[in-house]
Amino acid sequence: MRWRSFFGMFFLFLLNSMSYANVQGANQLTSLYPLDTPQQEAQFNHLLKDLRCLVCQNQDLSDSNAPLAKDLRREVYVLVQSRKSDGEITQYLTARYGDFILFKPPFKGSTVFLWFGPIVFLCIGFVIFWKSSLRKSSQCN
Amino acid sequence: MKKNIWYLLPLFVFILLGGLLFRGLSLNPHWLPSVKLGKRIPDFQLPSLTSQQLFSPLQWKGKTVLLNVWASWCSACTEEQQVLLDLAQKGIKIYGLNYKDDSQQALNWLETWGNPYQAVGLDEGGRVGIDLGVYGTPETFLIDSAGMIQYRHTGPLTMTIWEKEFLPRMLSLERGVST
Repeated sequence: MRWRSFFGMFFLFLLNSMSYANVQGANQLTSLYPLDTPQQEAQFNHLLKDLRCLVCQNQDLSDSNAPLAKDLRREVYVLVQSRKSDGEITQYLTARYGDFILFKPPFKGSTVFLWFGPIVFLCIGFVIFWKSSLRKSSQCN
Repeated sequence: MKKNIWYLLPLFVFILLGGLLFRGLSLNPHWLPSVKLGKRIPDFQLPSLTSQQLFSPLQWKGKTVLLNVWASWCSACTEEQQVLLDLAQKGIKIYGLNYKDDSQQALNWLETWGNPYQAVGLDEGGRVGIDLGVYGTPETFLIDSAGMIQYRHTGPLTMTIWEKEFLPRMLSLERGVST
């Protein structure tokens, strides 16, 4: 019982500190890059989360301290300020840096296997499972 | 007999996966395909490091040139400087884009390491770098006489890369122009 409450407290503590860190991170960014409306702020923050830093490739643009990431943050900021849509901004960046700057790969000819591969493999797995269990049951009979 | 083939399937899958992963070991994760290949170089005008004339692609209009992106803070740039100097001596036209740098430090750096450039443009804010899709220095672009980007190399240029990637392209471009 005591252990359970201890874990509960610990979990709550973790959750709290995480959300605190998140809010702080977002506040820091928006105070550096003031925007007119909360909608623009939300757009700016979610775009930075979806865009990759090309120098430290596992970090997103909001996380990275690389000079290029700073420049691209400013670039995204200016575009958000001039009321460009998400599509226009990502197009602007992919025209320069390619699809690699997007964490989520776009759906197109060269990425069909990437998107459907897992489903294909799952189906193959089901077929193998079905066939082998069919054989097992026929052996039993 | 037919059964035996099915038992080999995991082995084939293993070999296939192993081959893929083994290939992955020797790939450079920092290499990015450039979307700028075959596209026209963006138009820009920048202050020049060594002269009063503005630095812009118009300067090398009608010529096949190299555009080298460098900075004095970039330690890898010193590695390729001898290669660039050798190429300049052979008559290759090299233009420099000084990326996010201080002009005085850039001048000092050129004095220390040598200046292979026809002209150097100052991209202090890195805006032209973004338009070119630059994500690290040094980078070298091969630009043809029509202003199209024909090849791009990221990282220090070596003689091996020059001979393997740049020279054949440059020769075929020149052949295309003369015929």
